[in-house]
Amino acid sequence: MPAPLLRLTKIEKSFGAVQALKSVSFELLPGEVHALVGENGAGKSTLVKVITGAQHPDAGTIEMGSRPIERLTTSRARQLGVACVYQHPALFPDLTVAENIGLRLGSASVFQRVHWAQQAERARRLLERVGTTISPEAPVRELSMPHQQLVEIACAVGADARVVIMDEPTASLTQREQHLLFAVVRDLRQAGAGIVYVSHRLEEVFALADRVTVLRDGESVRTCPAGELTESSLIRLMVGRELSLAQPDDQTTPGEVVLSLEHVGCSFSGVEDISLELHAGEILGLAGLVGAGRTELARTLFGISPADSGQIRLAGKNVTIPSPQVAVENGIAYVPEDRTRHGVVSDLPIEQNISMAVHRRLFPKGWLRTKAEHKLAEEYLRALDIKAPGVDAPAATLSGGNQQKVSVARWLATKPKVLILDEPTQGVDVGAKSELHKIIRELARQGLAVLLISSDLPELLALSHRIGVMRAGRLVALIHGKSDPHVIMAAAFGQTAPSV
Amino acid sequence: MKAYSRELTVAAALGFLLLGLAIFAPSFYQPTPLLSLSAREAPALMVTCGMALVIIARQIDISVGSQFAVCSVCAGLLIAAHWPLALVLPAAVAIGVLLGSVNGVLVAGLGLPSIVVTLATMVTWREALRWQRQGQFVNLPSGAQWFGLSQTHGQIAIALVALAMLAALALAAKHLAAARFIYAVGTNFEAARLAGLRPQLVTFGVFAFLGGLTGAAAVLNALQSPQVDPKSGTGLELKTIAAVVVGGVAISGGRGRLWGAALGLVLLACINPALTHLHVEPYWEKAIQGAIILLAVMDRADGKNPSKNPDRRV
Repeated sequence: MPAPLLRLTKIEKSFGAVQALKSVSFELLPGEVHALVGENGAGKSTLVKVITGAQHPDAGTIEMGSRPIERLTTSRARQLGVACVYQHPALFPDLTVAENIGLRLGSASVFQRVHWAQQAERARRLLERVGTTISPEAPVRELSMPHQQLVEIACAVGADARVVIMDEPTASLTQREQHLLFAVVRDLRQAGAGIVYVSHRLEEVFALADRVTVLRDGESVRTCPAGELTESSLIRLMVGRELSLAQPDDQTTPGEVVLSLEHVGCSFSGVEDISLELHAGEILGLAGLVGAGRTELARTLFGISPADSGQIRLAGKNVTIPSPQVAVENGIAYVPEDRTRHGVVSDLPIEQNISMAVHRRLFPKGWLRTKAEHKLAEEYLRALDIKAPGVDAPAATLSGGNQQKVSVARWLATKPKVLILDEPTQGVDVGAKSELHKIIRELARQGLAVLLISSDLPELLALSHRIGVMRAGRLVALIHGKSDPHVIMAAAFGQTAPSV
Repeated sequence: MKAYSRELTVAAALGFLLLGLAIFAPSFYQPTPLLSLSAREAPALMVTCGMALVIIARQIDISVGSQFAVCSVCAGLLIAAHWPLALVLPAAVAIGVLLGSVNGVLVAGLGLPSIVVTLATMVTWREALRWQRQGQFVNLPSGAQWFGLSQTHGQIAIALVALAMLAALALAAKHLAAARFIYAVGTNFEAARLAGLRPQLVTFGVFAFLGGLTGAAAVLNALQSPQVDPKSGTGLELKTIAAVVVGGVAISGGRGRLWGAALGLVLLACINPALTHLHVEPYWEKAIQGAIILLAVMDRADGKNPSKNPDRRV
């Protein structure tokens, strides 16, 4: 057996309280395509970052070409022949293709003359090798996403990379481009390079991979030849954990239809043909892989990227939602995914954060009524059990979980009928998570219609009455909340779509 | 007290300066020059208040100097045409609002970067005025200066008007929901939009408001001399931005107070007379002001909130 190009042993990595990698070992042989699969948040990206030197592991050893590497930095990794093709290409949009490739591969000395003709010629040769006819003179800005990806791959090829990491390389490629990419991958393998292939598309994994490593919750659960697995056994490996969370309570009988969507689409964000009904008192979970269009659907319902086809009805009345304001007026509230960028304003006091969406109601004459604001904030501090030094403390002083509760409080203060929660427990600790679950359940019991977007499958299963599964901007399945998690994952991964 | 630390730092620096002057150069405290200094800086104080709001909203306006010149000349012409002051003031304010609205529409409506927009309007208004007036001063009728009062009373009146305006605005900033919107938009435009506030409207509003204040300030300026200089207001944008920054308003938006900016202006304005009374070459004035500005910014750059992108405006 040839010596491995790369060997990671017992890698550990934590971010705050979250352990992203738990004693993960990984090996890449020359001339193999090694697929890395797992659910969202299983630790794939962290592992990739460890290999590229973007993240330093807390513990464990990295060996490349049988030599231990003390502290792997991104530039050291590049010297050692590691190249990474990202899902979202990291190119310079204002430079030409040739300049991008030249920058990536060249740079001996600052004062060295740039040989433009040579650079263009090399770029043309590399692009040819990856099978495209992109002009080396074209500015990258004008290239489509798949073409940019091919430029990235050309860089990797040109760098004579020994270890090539491909992170969801086909996410935006057409069928034909996919075949070209596969040919390049096989070419690289032929030349003795090792390829780490990260993909959600199982059919690709089986078409390309020699070996597969499955990550689950930061642990490597299995490494084996691809031939030993089937699609369903692979899904079982990715999901197969005990469900420790409580089951949804069936006490509440969903009320009347609050929100109904008929063939709703938004060409801007890629959401297509969504039809569903949301009842009062119901928690409807939305499952899907990252990029499946769940957040986009939420943003469409909230008027950030308004729907341009189909019909939205609220309590039976046809509505159009062109802006967040109109959404708020119609009783829709959206707790966004990115808490720090779109949610809590960390410089402002907690009370101002909570009152932010209800200014008009709280201050009808335009005068600040700080006492009323204070009272409102105190109310929600109690109701949601927000642990804070006081309502006038800046939101930045709170923990992630409590910040999230402030964000939820802001929207509950608008007295909504429909509450859209986007990854409400992402990055919060276990305790806060179960508190948030309790709050979400309680809100539904009070008659709120909740649309819950979450990549945390046990969470969805524990909370949702029904679960919709999205894939590539469409709703591909709508199933009972007590379903088998494997069924949901199978739908999210594009296998046969069951329905209620 | 931590919440007011920046304003208190400026206040302490100012207090230190005033104390030093009391010991080493008590001549600084003669009432007549102090009063005329106050009246001279009164228009700048009003503009500083407006500028502070613009910067809190995470924008900038470098065209105030040119707006000030246009408003001054217009006010002068109206006074010369024997309009009563009760009509000149609203007219000048209206012209200021109009000029500010041009910036507001371009920045908030079209989403252009404010530094470029206001650079363009700064040059445009200034050159238009030069072409129109050919550098000619506007002569005012004899009774117009100092509201027709004696010089001392006139100066007191002007200083009081500016101080009253500052007090009113500082109170409004504390008690009006509108002020809250400015801070929210300046801290996080996107979160404000998602919360159903209208950040574009707020952005437009601060520019128009600054324009209005500039118009009023121009009237206060025109009343201080027998003639109106069409080049008045030159350098006003730098002066007011410096005062705002020194006064503890974060250039990246969202933080700061009007009275802090006012203190900043007082501190910077005291440097020149202080040097005279301490018998230091007045050439040092700009260098010292520059040093104060740098110190103020360094104080702010103590690693607080590095994630915020201060370049968004450019």
